[in-house]
Amino acid sequence: MELALQAKKNIKHFFTEIGELSHFAGRFFREFLKPPFEFKELLRQCYQVGNRSLVLVLVTGFIIGLVLTLQSRPTLIQFGAVSMMPNMVGISIVREIGPVITALICAGRIASGIGAELGSMKVTEQIDAMEVSGTNPFKYLVVTRILATTLMLPLLVVFGDLVALYGSALVENLKGDVSFQLYFNTVFDALSYGDLVPATVKSFFFGFVIGLVGCYKGYHSKKGTAGVGIAANTAVVMASLLVFVVDFIAVFVSDIFYEL
Amino acid sequence: MNYDMELKEKIAAQNSQSVQKKVVIDLRDLRKSFGDNHVLNGFNMRLYEGENLVVMGKSGSGKSVMIKCLVGLMQPDSGYIEVLGKEIKTLDRETLDILRSDIGFLFQGSALYDSMTVRENLEFPLRRHKERMGQNADTEPLVLEVLENVGLAHAIDLMPEELSGGMKRRIALARTIILKPKIILYDEPTSGLDPITSKEIIELMRSIQKKYGTSSLIITHDVDCARVVSERMVLLVDGINYAEGTYTELSSSNDPKVEAFFKK
Ligand SMILES: Nc1ncnc2c1ncn2[C@@H]1O[C@H](COP(=O)(O)OP(=O)(O)O)[C@@H](O)[C@H]1O
Ligand SMILES: [Mg+2]
Repeated sequence: MELALQAKKNIKHFFTEIGELSHFAGRFFREFLKPPFEFKELLRQCYQVGNRSLVLVLVTGFIIGLVLTLQSRPTLIQFGAVSMMPNMVGISIVREIGPVITALICAGRIASGIGAELGSMKVTEQIDAMEVSGTNPFKYLVVTRILATTLMLPLLVVFGDLVALYGSALVENLKGDVSFQLYFNTVFDALSYGDLVPATVKSFFFGFVIGLVGCYKGYHSKKGTAGVGIAANTAVVMASLLVFVVDFIAVFVSDIFYEL
Repeated sequence: MNYDMELKEKIAAQNSQSVQKKVVIDLRDLRKSFGDNHVLNGFNMRLYEGENLVVMGKSGSGKSVMIKCLVGLMQPDSGYIEVLGKEIKTLDRETLDILRSDIGFLFQGSALYDSMTVRENLEFPLRRHKERMGQNADTEPLVLEVLENVGLAHAIDLMPEELSGGMKRRIALARTIILKPKIILYDEPTSGLDPITSKEIIELMRSIQKKYGTSSLIITHDVDCARVVSERMVLLVDGINYAEGTYTELSSSNDPKVEAFFKK
């Protein structure tokens, strides 16, 4: 009985949350087209996003490329298909692994950063102070951050992909005597627009949900310093979850396009 | 202290001379609840032009909620709020922003933007209100002027984290007055400060009031602060304006709820 009540409460909480998040997203779309535009702040935020996550994305990408190739080698050799390595690794990195890993890193690093930053601005009344001094804080703080993550994530994905491919090529070069040039040529030959376009579009959406969730959690943070911690923490959980939801939808939609 | 009494008498005399005192803030029957927590239950208050009014109440009594309603940061459940002749509820965003540039708000914890330098903090209110000063106006002299006023011209390029609590409060005060507001709302201007720094802040508030002739609404639970700055006081108890009068009148009251404030 207790359990059922608790479950009911959790489910209700889940749907309230989804509703509020959609409302927040709606407000973003209403406000981001209206002047004045905060270009300077947008640039600053883009820089922040890149600065916070680039190194992590590069290191992780390199390791993933390396590991993926090392682990696939024995199986491919067994089937005598080791020459397919660039095609296989290239496609899985560009279509799926690169965007998702980058997005998860950014969910951990950027969504939490934004959640904590806006959360502490909220509890120390800095957001109120902006409001009374005639600057719309939603525009200045939220719109710029969501745009920044949306624009920067695809860029980070490209860097992540390239480094992962480099990691993979390195293994092939050392273990299989494939030159870097041959490796990259094979990868780019194998990739089609059908691989690149969905991956890029998906990355924009990843960036959007990461910025959206971070801002939403921070902007609605509860009073007190504990509220800031909760905002940062729940932002990571929710953003990571939404990254997978977006990924699922993206795969589903691009599958429909293939069928056509 | 002598000087204090003189000043107060002078202002009291002036006030009694001009029978028609102009009302700059008019609050009537303000009510606000958060769920079952009934914070304001019909609060009434008037602030007259040029006066220093202190609203005193225990912590959690709804003082901050009350002034947040005044500037439209919070919507009351019901009640009438008029500031500088305009009813807050009826204003659109644009008009509200213009009205807000006439109201200075000193936040309880200073609320300096911690990712910006002192200079950027002070320039921030000027962003949207440049029209008032002329679009291409050089903001530097204004920034320097208010910093001089609070005695911190040397701190212009520091970050808020490098400032002490008292310095933060001064910078916040400088940011509040940079638009030369007609009314200043102080939310617990001395909270979290040691007695000496509190005194300095109070001195500063008075010198600013004298210099710019603003009307001030000071919210506090600090009796010493109230004694020094108030010309008139309103006690906020149980969500209503429980008692009103000068410091001397209220501190000699026999009502137990009023006495409780002045007991050491
Ligand atoms: N945003 C809010 N949501 C819920 N309750 C609030 C909110 N803001 C204030 N309160 C409640 O209103 C009461 C008065 O708060 P406040 O005005 O901050 O007190 P103070 O007089 O110390 O400034 C407190 O009980 C507080 O918990
Ligand atoms: Mg308060």
